[in-house]
Amino acid sequence: MRTAPTTRLGLRLLALGYLVLLLALPIALILVRTFSPGVEAFLASVRTPAALSALNLSLLIVALVVPLNVGFGVATALALVRGRFRGRGLLQAVVDLPFAVSPVVVGVSLILLWGAGGWFGGVESLGFRVIFGVPGMVLATVFVTLPFVVREVEPVLHEIGTEQEEAAATLGAGAWQTFWRITLPAIRWGLTYGVVLTIARSLGEFGAVIMVSSGFPGVSQTLTLLVHARYIDDHNTYGAYAVATLLMGLAVLTLLLMTLLDRKRSTR
Amino acid sequence: MITVTGARKAYGSFAALDGVSIDIPAGSLTALLGPSGSGKSTLLRSIAGLEDLDEGRVVIGGEDVTQVPPQKRGIGFVFQHYAAFKHMTVRDNVSFGLRIRRRPRAEIARKVDELLEIVGLDGFQHRYPAQLSGGQRQRMALARALAVDPQVLLLDEPFGALDAKVRADLRRWLRRLHDEVHVTTVLVTHDQEEALDVSDQIAVLNAGRIEQVGTPDELYEQPATDFVMSFLGAVASLDGALVRPHDIQLEREPAGAVRTRGTAQVRARVERVVRLGFEVRVELLAEGSGDRFAAQLTRAVAQRLALRPGEVVRAWAPVHDEARPLPSTAGVAV
Repeated sequence: MRTAPTTRLGLRLLALGYLVLLLALPIALILVRTFSPGVEAFLASVRTPAALSALNLSLLIVALVVPLNVGFGVATALALVRGRFRGRGLLQAVVDLPFAVSPVVVGVSLILLWGAGGWFGGVESLGFRVIFGVPGMVLATVFVTLPFVVREVEPVLHEIGTEQEEAAATLGAGAWQTFWRITLPAIRWGLTYGVVLTIARSLGEFGAVIMVSSGFPGVSQTLTLLVHARYIDDHNTYGAYAVATLLMGLAVLTLLLMTLLDRKRSTR
Repeated sequence: MITVTGARKAYGSFAALDGVSIDIPAGSLTALLGPSGSGKSTLLRSIAGLEDLDEGRVVIGGEDVTQVPPQKRGIGFVFQHYAAFKHMTVRDNVSFGLRIRRRPRAEIARKVDELLEIVGLDGFQHRYPAQLSGGQRQRMALARALAVDPQVLLLDEPFGALDAKVRADLRRWLRRLHDEVHVTTVLVTHDQEEALDVSDQIAVLNAGRIEQVGTPDELYEQPATDFVMSFLGAVASLDGALVRPHDIQLEREPAGAVRTRGTAQVRARVERVVRLGFEVRVELLAEGSGDRFAAQLTRAVAQRLALRPGEVVRAWAPVHDEARPLPSTAGVAV
């Protein structure tokens, strides 16, 4: 389709303006506010005990959620693609549930299930604290990030088919050998992509986590909770900007990693 | 030697194998030939253990392997779409089975080099499958299957995904390879030319059953059923009987043609005469039935007759006595 040069220019400006206004400007503003008092002030603000504790907690949650999602995600994707069982359609739908359900709802339902008086509330009396503890935050994060690995691995499994695995079997490889040597290497890019998405979302999750965290600074605040607490409760706007920048830095790092892997994938 | 007895396999209400029994002699190259859906691939995959039979037994080299998983059947399998391990080099693909068996490194290296030389991929050790042509990938797959010294080599439409020229080259190459290696080989194909070209023995399958087993000559010259006759080579229908186009003889209508025993004959009008190099195809329209058929004449005969479109001729051909329904013993063994 041919368009007049003025129309083309207009469309480009419109798209660009939209992106600047909605994405670039807010982020740029935070960066400006963060670094205008100097890098020293930023470093000081993200090195407070509360900030370091929040960083550690966020990374701890990522470290626990990723292996859970990888294990469950790969197993579920295999079941969905290769399995012929009753309830496959239902499983297909359930996997997407976290996309549809608001994270706040996830938090509330977790309290109902695991909190004092909930169905599984009994574990608390055994000294294992789920709600208002790290396990609750991990559960909430697992819930919201559950589809990523499944949905990234599934199409790759469809694409590779079963011939390579059958070939491995005729060459003498057992089920585990075939999985480690053939299936896993074949799905590794889809899996990596799913993991990156899981990390990004785990770091950024707020709604579900705030419901199940006790929110004590230095104890049970993740980075997102710290941003919120500093801004709303402490009226420490600068501190909130600084932690927001840190959070953004981690997200950019993850995205960068993903782009690099993507490039590597396309050259193969 | 492979023996399959009474094999049955159904997918829902569709019977892929409907009571198949066959003997495959040791050291032979046997083709399983049939149209798609005839059960030939299912039979091959059952021999490999990639499909479980509902009924029946598979014996390889005297051992009943019906309940044995594919890993332990001593087979090599080659897939239509190569099933190359894409993330491994040619060397790692070919050595896969040996590495699974934890063979000494030196032995693996020697064997891989030897096999790559046999299949003509010497010097390709460090390439990835994506850097090979279709024919090269299939030869790599063959080397990979042969690396584990299988008792039997099973090939599932191995040349089906290749273009016609590569296909013809590769199947002749396979025949030469077989004459050197002498491993019992079963090849699935829907291409009658391929089956006639490479195999010692052909089993024709149709609708989950074996129609006939025999040498290429036997099947071509003495087809047991109309299906076998029409599947191997061209056929024409003459007065309700199936005949080969090159067996049809044409004569200018003589007065009071006599119907002899063992021949099919019909009056037909010449529609078109086509010269195809050393032979001539005459397209005819049978009077009465209105069937169209073609006769294949040599150039000399065609020149002598000098037929023109519109002429009416008598077409006749000997009818194979063998072209009768299958006796109950056929399809079991050779």
